Parts: sequence; C-alpha cells; structure tokens
Amino acid sequence: MATLFDKIWDRHVLAGKEGEAQLLYVDGHLIHEVTSPQAFSGLRLTGRKLRRPDLTYAVMDHNTPTTKKERENITDTVSKKQLDALRKNCDEFGVVLYDMDSEDNAIIHMMGPELGVSLPGKVIVCGDSHTATHGAFGAIACGIGTSEVEHVFATQTLWQAKPKNLGVRFCGSLPRGVYAKDMILALIGTYGNNVGKGSAIEFFGEAVEQMSMDERMTLCNMAIEAGAKFGLVRPDETTFAYVKDRRFAPKGDDFTRATAEWKKLYTDATEDFDTVIEMDISDLAPQITWGTVLNQVVSYDEPFPPVQNENDEKAYAYMDLKPGQTAKEIPVSHVFIGSCTNGRYSDFVIAAEILQGKKVKEGVTGIAVPGSQRVKRALEEAGIARIFIDAGFSWREAGCSLCLGMNPDKVPAYAHCASTSNRNFEGRQGKYARTHLVSPAMAALAAIHGTFQDSRLFVPEEQA
Amino acid sequence: MKFIKHTGTAVPLCIDNIDTDQLIPKQYLKGTEKTGYADALFDTWRYDENGDPVAEFPLNRPEYRNASLLIAGDNFGCGSSREHAAWALQDYGFRVVIAGSFSPIFYMNWLNNGNLPIQLPKRDRDALAALPPETEMEVDLQEQKLRAGGKVYSFELDAAWKERLLTGRDAIDLTLDFETEISAYEKKNPYWQGGCHAG
Repeated sequence: MATLFDKIWDRHVLAGKEGEAQLLYVDGHLIHEVTSPQAFSGLRLTGRKLRRPDLTYAVMDHNTPTTKKERENITDTVSKKQLDALRKNCDEFGVVLYDMDSEDNAIIHMMGPELGVSLPGKVIVCGDSHTATHGAFGAIACGIGTSEVEHVFATQTLWQAKPKNLGVRFCGSLPRGVYAKDMILALIGTYGNNVGKGSAIEFFGEAVEQMSMDERMTLCNMAIEAGAKFGLVRPDETTFAYVKDRRFAPKGDDFTRATAEWKKLYTDATEDFDTVIEMDISDLAPQITWGTVLNQVVSYDEPFPPVQNENDEKAYAYMDLKPGQTAKEIPVSHVFIGSCTNGRYSDFVIAAEILQGKKVKEGVTGIAVPGSQRVKRALEEAGIARIFIDAGFSWREAGCSLCLGMNPDKVPAYAHCASTSNRNFEGRQGKYARTHLVSPAMAALAAIHGTFQDSRLFVPEEQA
Repeated sequence: MKFIKHTGTAVPLCIDNIDTDQLIPKQYLKGTEKTGYADALFDTWRYDENGDPVAEFPLNRPEYRNASLLIAGDNFGCGSSREHAAWALQDYGFRVVIAGSFSPIFYMNWLNNGNLPIQLPKRDRDALAALPPETEMEVDLQEQKLRAGGKVYSFELDAAWKERLLTGRDAIDLTLDFETEISAYEKKNPYWQGGCHAG
C-alpha cells in the first residue's frame, strides 16, 4: 500500500538506500534567467555537457518588463545582462527558449502546463520555489537551488531525501465567492506556515475532485508557503482532458497508453499517509493576510489577532496595522492581479465579473498581468481584457511582475497592495511595500472600493 | 567544499521565519556569479533608508563582527529557492546556521555549498544565544556534536549529506558513477517520461 507520491517516487529511484537521500531521475527541467546562469557557468568550467536539452525548457519571466515599450528597450542594464545570458546559454547548450517575443512566453509555471510538459507521473524540477504547481497534474514537482540546477543539467537526476506524506482532505464544498486561494490561505492560517515541514502534501477530498486544473494549480502552487517542497493532487479525467493534445503530451495510441498508466497513480488508502488533516470548507470565508508571514491571515470580518509574540509585533509595525482592526480598514492603494498563483484564464474571468461596468477607485493603481501570453491573447479575444482596461486597470504583457518586483513593476514604500500572488514578506513587492494576499475576486473588489469587501456578497449581474 | 570541523563565534538573530527576501532582496539576484553578495545580506534590516548601517542590528554590532555561526529561529530560509541566500551568508563569512527548522530548499542550498545546517530545539538555541559574544563554539561533523560554554549538543544529518560534506566530493562526479542506472531509466521509459531511445 502506497501513496500517490510514493508510487511516483519509487518509479524514479535510481540509487540510494531507503531512509537516506536517493537519486531520482528528472523527466522535466524548467529553467529561467535568475537561477540558471551560475549553473551554466558551472558546466562550462568543468567542461560538462547538458545531458538532456530535449527535457530542458526555458523561459524568461522574472526580470521581464510587462509593457511592450519596456520589453523592446530594457533600460535596467543588469536585468538585460541576465536575460542576454539566458539567450546565449540556451543557444550554446541547445535548449529551446520561449523568449519575450515568443507566443509561448509565460511565467515558467504556466508554460509547463500550457505546453503539456506538466504531465501525471513525472518528476519535474525548477530553480523556483513555486514548482509544486505542477504537482496539480499528479506529478512530483519541487523547487531546487542553482547547484541542483547544474546537477540536473549534467546528470538529469537529483539527490533527494524522501519526504513524509501529509494528506490534506478538504471536506464540503466552497461557498459562492470563496476560492482555492482562500482554501490554501486558510490551511496555512489554521495549521501554520510550517505544517508541511518535511512532507509532500497531497490535497484530496470531494472539493478537490470538483476543482478545475486552474484551481488545483493554485492550491499546489502554495505548498511551499505551508513549508512543504511538494504539493500534489491525484490525476483524474479533469487532468487527462486538460493535457490531451498539448504540444509535449503523448498523442493518439500513446495517449491511451499513458492514460492507462496515469490511472494507476493514486493513494491506496488514507492510512498510507503519515498524517492527515481534515478541513471543512463549507463555511469558509474570504481570507486576507494582514502581516508579513503567511500564517498571519484572517477571515473577512475577523479582527486582526492580539500580539502573541515578537513576530506579530514586528509584522504589525511593518504593516502599520493594529490588533482588533479588520480588513475593511486597510487603505488599499495598489492592486495586482496575476502571478503563478492566480494568473490563469479563470482567475481573470472571476475578477472581470466583478469589474464589469465598474471603475477603479480614484487614487488606486490597478495592474493586471496575465501569467502567459497565451492567456493574455485569449482574454483579449474574449473581450475580457477590455473590461479591465475600461475599469482603469493597466493591462500588461505576461511575467512574474509584482509578485516579486524584480522587473520595473513595484509597489511604492508604505503602500498597501491587494495582491493575488503568494508571498507577503517584508519588501517583497518593493522596499517597505505592504502586501495583502487575497483571491482575484477580493483583489478586484479592493480596486473598486479602495479597501477590502466581502467577495461572498458579490453576485454577478446575470445571477442577480 | 569540505566541512569537517569548524570553530568560531556566533551571532544570535533569534527570529522565526527569516525568509530569503530578507536574506537577500530581489534587486541583488540579477548577477550571473556566485560571489559578491556579502554586502547584500540582510540588506533591509542591516541598513537604514539612507544606506547607513543600523547600529542595533546584531550583525552591525562590533562584538559580533567576526561571527561565523548564525543562531536563528524556526523555519529559517523560507520562501524563494534563490541560492543567492546561501551565497550571501557564505560570502559574509558564515559556515554554520543553527535554527529550529529550515525551509527544505534553503537547507539543500546551504549544504550544497559545503556549509552546515544544524537543527536544535529552542531551549538549546536560547542557551547558545545567551553565551557571551566572544564564546568559541566548536562544531565536529564526524561526531555530529557542537561544543560551547561547557556543554555538548548533538545534531542530526542525513548520512549521505554527511559523507558528502566530510569528503568534499563533487556531487556531479559522484552521480556520474551511476551512468548505467541513468541510461537504463532512459531506455525503459516512454518519451513523455524521460525516455530517450535514440542512443
């Protein structure tokens, strides 16, 4: 009897004793400009080859500007140097690069799923901590450091200590106006930002089975925020339908053969998990982070908690908030909709339903950054981009953008930003900037009102 | 890089959840080298808005200037996978980080640069942090012991990583010994899962 994670793990072990670090084969390696240059230099220094350029997929996403004008003329010379280095490295080592002008350019964790690199049963790694996103397909996927990137380049393998298995069962179904983002934030708020320490988290339960791939990706994306390197979901018909016909997915008879194998990937019994957490989401409220650590999160209407330790004290000082206040009192001046957490098509549809016929409040800056150029084009063709533009949002090209502010997009010092991204750390979106993590619906409402409103109370016009 | 024994003084920074954005903010991630990150370590906490050192920040206090062991709280290195965090700590002069727990990606990054992560419970970390700043701490990896202030603290480390640190052997060289196993996987599996049938 084994878990989904264990089954995939066992198929990839090449060496090493059980209970110690083991050598795993890596079926897919995603790379970007920030964490790869030193790894390429390492290959050059040692005269080693990149073993499987055909299993290595590159994008530029972290540094890339999100306006057309800036993309054509990058003024930050250090950023430009890093982007040029990726071009040169990919060229020299034979790796396909989805450059800024490619129609496939995307945040790396959106490129993988869109092109069918993210498939059930695979081991996928990337020099980026949000790599667990691909676990949504029933894969083992994790972030690695640059030394490990070099190791994968040279050997197509990785040494890993096998984690424990944590099962997170979501019971019930989500109330209207509450989303996957709220689920993962609530999990971290309830059980702590280190609940997944030393574990791979498998998300399961009826609520997860009913989720779209977009939603499953949001859930798995933030496993690292719960302290786990890996997050995953059992692959099912939703998964197979999503991956079918994508560029790197098996086709025809191969797809039938692959699906038959993928159907064997599931946890045999709940008892196979080392630990199981159950969370009823039937009455879940929208979640908002108030502090600078992921577990500093409250439900809408819930007052911010009393100071319990130095961490809380530090966070309140940084955020300029006080215990007892509620999210309604936060003066939001910036709104960011995008990132590998919530930058997919359905995220923008949800936000657009709220923004339809409305205007961004005076004094509020709204920026909408689709996670991929493909999603951007689809939203433009469907007339959804127009809703954002008419509301007063700045409509941008794809990239990581304000999730970490490595590119020209920044939140100014001391400003409060409603953000659909994944980290509320000090300075994450700009020096002294104050981040509040929320769902796309909550972010859209914040843009209209300049503070947080209850996304459960919003009823789209056709349903009203 | 080898790690066998290390003796040095420690600086306490007993905060939980010290994330990689604090260890090194994004504006310093644009380099293409592994060195030159020492001044960027703890940038926002170490320097004020004018770029001047914050006098009370532990790393800026004269008594801790030469520390090579860092004592922190729980969940050290959480957040991004940036190895720049490990490079910055190392560049500054740290070889050992003692924490309640580590983020899994940072943990590997720190080890992969030949440095030692030590997990100790709060009681032990508090005792170490309370020692006078000039106290020499002695770390012996073979014995998996830390000696300081007349006490001995034991710590755990995966046997494979321990061996790697003690010998200082290049990880890639070590893995290339398994060429047969790697090729066998590539022959056995279909193209959508690592398979490679051309060779």
